[in-house]
Amino acid sequence: MQNDNLVEIEQLAFGYGARSILTNINLTAKRGQVVAIMGSSGCGKTTLLRLIGGQLKPSQGVVRVAGETVGELDQAGLYRLRRKMGMLFQFGALFTDMSVFDNVAFQLREHTDLPEDAIHDLVLMKLHAVGLRGAAQLMPAELSGGMARRVALARAIALEPMLVMYDEPFAGLDPISLGVTGNLIRRLTDTLGLTSIVVTHDVHESLKIVDYIYFISDGVIVAEGTADEMRASGLPYVHQFVHGEADGPVPFHYPAPSYADDLKLGGRGA
Amino acid sequence: MNKTVLDLWVGLFVITGIAALLFLALKVGSTSAIKSSDSYEVVARFENIGGLKPRAPVKSAGVVVGRVADIQFDNKSYEAAVTLRLDKRYAFPKDSSAAIMTSGLLGEQYVDLEAGGDSAKLKEHDRILITQDAVVLENLIGRFLYGKAQEGAPK
Amino acid sequence: MLKQAIENLGNRTIQGVWRIGFASRFFLAMLLHSGTAFRRFGLTIRELYFTGVLSLIIILVSGLFVGMVLGLQGYETLQRFGSESALGTLVALSLVRELGPVLAGLLFASRAGSAITAEIGLMKATEQLSAMEMMAVDPIARVVAPRFWAGVISMPLLAALFSGMGIFGGYLVGVKLIGVDEGTFWSQMQSSVDFQQDIINGVIKSVVFGVAVTTIALFEGYDAPPTAEGVSGATTRTVVTSSLAVLALDFVLTAFMFRGLN
Repeated sequence: MQNDNLVEIEQLAFGYGARSILTNINLTAKRGQVVAIMGSSGCGKTTLLRLIGGQLKPSQGVVRVAGETVGELDQAGLYRLRRKMGMLFQFGALFTDMSVFDNVAFQLREHTDLPEDAIHDLVLMKLHAVGLRGAAQLMPAELSGGMARRVALARAIALEPMLVMYDEPFAGLDPISLGVTGNLIRRLTDTLGLTSIVVTHDVHESLKIVDYIYFISDGVIVAEGTADEMRASGLPYVHQFVHGEADGPVPFHYPAPSYADDLKLGGRGA
Repeated sequence: MNKTVLDLWVGLFVITGIAALLFLALKVGSTSAIKSSDSYEVVARFENIGGLKPRAPVKSAGVVVGRVADIQFDNKSYEAAVTLRLDKRYAFPKDSSAAIMTSGLLGEQYVDLEAGGDSAKLKEHDRILITQDAVVLENLIGRFLYGKAQEGAPK
Repeated sequence: MLKQAIENLGNRTIQGVWRIGFASRFFLAMLLHSGTAFRRFGLTIRELYFTGVLSLIIILVSGLFVGMVLGLQGYETLQRFGSESALGTLVALSLVRELGPVLAGLLFASRAGSAITAEIGLMKATEQLSAMEMMAVDPIARVVAPRFWAGVISMPLLAALFSGMGIFGGYLVGVKLIGVDEGTFWSQMQSSVDFQQDIINGVIKSVVFGVAVTTIALFEGYDAPPTAEGVSGATTRTVVTSSLAVLALDFVLTAFMFRGLN
């Protein structure tokens, strides 16, 4: 039975002891879609990616990838599943002691028995797809932030995974790199038939390329819909987020006693 | 650092390391542990072994011919039973004598074997009958004082 | 206030015990996943270069100086009892039994141990270990185990090199500089240093130190908080903890090995 949903999350809850991070998350990502998970910093977005990748186990609820329940897999099953997933970490997480070429070739060398010629060609193809074929012999320390992330993307798609997760791919990039990255994510998803889950708080770039968006605030999904629906949304949180307003459901002021009391106005002793 | 240069350095490192170990083992240490297959044991009894320790050398004519294997106290005869492990290449007459000597003035003690005249040779587990105890400094001084007193007394 | 202090102490102790338990599991995991380190021996060889070869200079130079000082001080002291001829014995036994394994262990801890902790801590902080996990490669098998075996192999070699250089240094000072008789130097040494008792025990000591130092270094790196302060704190802890471990283990091993001599 071919299920259109590659990733299914039902009633997921996760926390550390008494501290709850995610509550009652219901999320699906269809094959070929680019799904964005948005929210302000520290609301649990990265935790969600780790739950999908199996690095964390849910306290409640299920995470299913390609029909398999991630939380119930043993080590071998988990590793098998991960070979079909790619993850792009926030700053690339390239292996600093290897060249760009060796980084992209890493998974090919570890998990396949392909001869070096085949690996050579595959690596150059992946690098070409992200536009960095000429940088193959550079070391990660010699790359700019944007370039490092593109190499990490090439590395993530080396084994042609069915799912790629992106942790803040737009953070800290210049406008040109932003455009390039967003473009790449969309193009690769379409040409390779992947599913992409993008965790981000960059509104502009993501709204241009995503098919579906989930808004998370304080560990709960507060809104979901297509890009157009979100832009037009009247929900206060979504509105504040999309339009970058300083004050709204997410307050400007950190909780504090009243201003007057703090400055000790009225009632100063003799 | 490409792979071949790296391998070269690691190879050099391991070789020099093993060479150092060999140097220590051969040039510095002595592999004088006499194996039981090329040795035979004999026992000698002493009334006083002084500072003799296990693994002390057994010498004859100044050459090391064996080691002290074991020292035990015989509760019946109240003597020390010293087991000597001798190299199989050297056979000693049955009436050889064993004496505990000191190397140098205050050095470590060893067993000196003096060959006798018997044509029959010592075999495994034989006993050396003629022994000379270690010289104990206190006894020497005591004897000396006693001798001096003897000299001075009857006039 | 006292109650608070006792609570803190209790907490710290429990943390400490928990940490030791965690470290033991880590150690076992390392041993269990060592297959890769041997099947793909190139990985271990690469680490051998970084832990062993790069420690060579400091080990050789230190060994030389320690040996030379032993020669000088040893001669000065022995000469008072008229036993200068025992200089070779003194230098060799001190080095082979104690100074070689222990000093090489301490130097190894501060040079290679801190490097290992910093490297692994940084890999953790930049999410490289996480990335490896997500690519279905076990970081313990691929990153940790090869470094462990490289450390265990390097230590006895480095200790032997230290002792060898030390004896050479003692020879230079004693024979060439001061004028102790060359033949006496070597023959006295040979007759008092025993292969089994002294040299083998020295090697055993250095292997034990290698295991301890490398495990501590790897664990601290693997467990470091993924921040700059976290990694630097972990590096400092590695040097301190493994140095103390070397000295403590030295006492235990010495008591165990040399008690039967008398």
